[in-house]
Amino acid sequence: MKYAVKRIAMLLLTMVIVSFLAFAAFDLISGNPAEIMLGTQATPEKVAALEEAMGLNRPFLVRYGEWLIGFFTGDLGTSYSYHQPVWDLIAPKVLVTLCLSVLSFLLIAVISIPLGLRSAGRAGGRLDGLSTALNQLCMAVPPFFTGILLTWVFSTILRWFTHGKFPGLSEDFWGAVKYMLFAAVSIAIPRIAMTGRMMRSTVQAEMQKDYVRTAISRGNDRSSVLYRHVLKNALVPVVTFLAQTMAEIVAGSIVVEQVFAIPGLGRLLVASISNRDYPVVQAIVVILALWVVLAGTVADLINQRIDPRLRLGGGS
Amino acid sequence: MRQRNGYLTAGLILTAFLAALIILGYFWTPYDPSAMAVGPKFDAPSLAHLMGTDNFGRDIFSRVLKGAGTTFAIAIATVAIGAVCGTAVGALTGYFGGVVDEALMRFNDALTAFPSILLALVIISILGPGKKYNVILALGLVFIPSFARVTRTAFASLRDVNYVKSARLMGASRGRILVVHILPNTMSVLLPAITIGFNNAVLAEASMSYLGIGVTPPDASLGYMLSEAQSMLTMAPWYAISTGLVIILLVFGVGLIGEGLQRRGREVA
Repeated sequence: MKYAVKRIAMLLLTMVIVSFLAFAAFDLISGNPAEIMLGTQATPEKVAALEEAMGLNRPFLVRYGEWLIGFFTGDLGTSYSYHQPVWDLIAPKVLVTLCLSVLSFLLIAVISIPLGLRSAGRAGGRLDGLSTALNQLCMAVPPFFTGILLTWVFSTILRWFTHGKFPGLSEDFWGAVKYMLFAAVSIAIPRIAMTGRMMRSTVQAEMQKDYVRTAISRGNDRSSVLYRHVLKNALVPVVTFLAQTMAEIVAGSIVVEQVFAIPGLGRLLVASISNRDYPVVQAIVVILALWVVLAGTVADLINQRIDPRLRLGGGS
Repeated sequence: MRQRNGYLTAGLILTAFLAALIILGYFWTPYDPSAMAVGPKFDAPSLAHLMGTDNFGRDIFSRVLKGAGTTFAIAIATVAIGAVCGTAVGALTGYFGGVVDEALMRFNDALTAFPSILLALVIISILGPGKKYNVILALGLVFIPSFARVTRTAFASLRDVNYVKSARLMGASRGRILVVHILPNTMSVLLPAITIGFNNAVLAEASMSYLGIGVTPPDASLGYMLSEAQSMLTMAPWYAISTGLVIILLVFGVGLIGEGLQRRGREVA
């Protein structure tokens, strides 16, 4: 319990640092928003008036504080290019990206953990070298290329889904999930390879330990030792690894949303970077960061449950 | 006797082959990569056009050679920035320790929690999208923390081994100890880290250029070519497939080298 409180305090601290950096970076370098918004119609008087209206002439820390409060109350400022409140632009897209990430995550967890366990049992076999090579090959496949191939096969040739026609989540939930499944597969393939490999080497290291030999020498068969004892111990680093995978899923979704024309945060982020629409970029970056840091915290809390030893040392 | 290391050999052969093609591409390509109508439009792969032609009748093989050259150069420049700066930071913090070390490592923890693409996108949106040197700078900066982390651990663990202690007793300067005595012994972790960094750089550059915020024309890069290829998927699927395969083979080859190096490191240990 004490640990959980400490971990959540750390989460908040990280987020304050991250949001501060994001705010400062865009504030320092993005130039004068009033000028950007006015575009070609900018005259010194108009700029000054808009600066006054937007509160740009106040001290940096005051504006950061207001932005931070705004983040929790849903007031993230106004987009330069869409002239709409940023929150209204982002809100419908958060759910889409969230669904895509969860879907990819489930694919990775459900496939890679059993795969890693099984291949660890067969280490050193004749197919071992082949499976390592196959693993390296899967890791080398960029998600957007898989996406393009899947579009070609399943949309152009087989017509299982129509590329570019994403059914809205609220209108046709299962249709949307089916559409996103192809995107999730593209994100998941290299990650499954990495997680499976990680799982495999952890299990192998664990199988060398004394307690495994003891358990086997007392007449337990190998697979029951594997599932009852080794799995639990091997899971801790894998859970941590899966949390890092969440960061990579977020990265993958930025690109893959573009490939499949899925209207999520990633697409908006890319469009906003090209348009130099900083309030939108800032807000999305902080939301994605929050998502990643949250995943790390949850992983740590789960590991506490799996391995009580971590509670004493405070964990790392 | 050392065991045969198949991964290292296979990876080196594949990478050397691709590198030779890419270097050749800097000087000579079968056709001018941007010349239009060197062949019929949407011509399927043949002996005259190894990877077919695109909507303007441009030779895709020549374009892929050029594009791979750009991707390759960016990846190497990026890794160089990341490895040199990262190793410097890792060496200093790992060897000297102290408050600066603690602070930098916490900062590092926060940074590595981020997906590299997201961080690179933030930097590029500040520097200005669509320019080659900004891509290199953004990705280079992004890769510094991971190199710093790897080398810091290595330097910290070698700080008090006997040969370093005796060098210190003999009055060797700190710089000499770091560079001459410790650095060569960190190669077993640094080299695999470089191969992983190279692959991440290739994939990150390709993704960014695919999104249109990395390298943009007139500089061709494999990522941008894939986004072009996607729009002609029905007419010329070979464009996307051959471009994607080049990325995969490049990353696969270097990945095998990394795997081989890691196994060799384990055997020696």
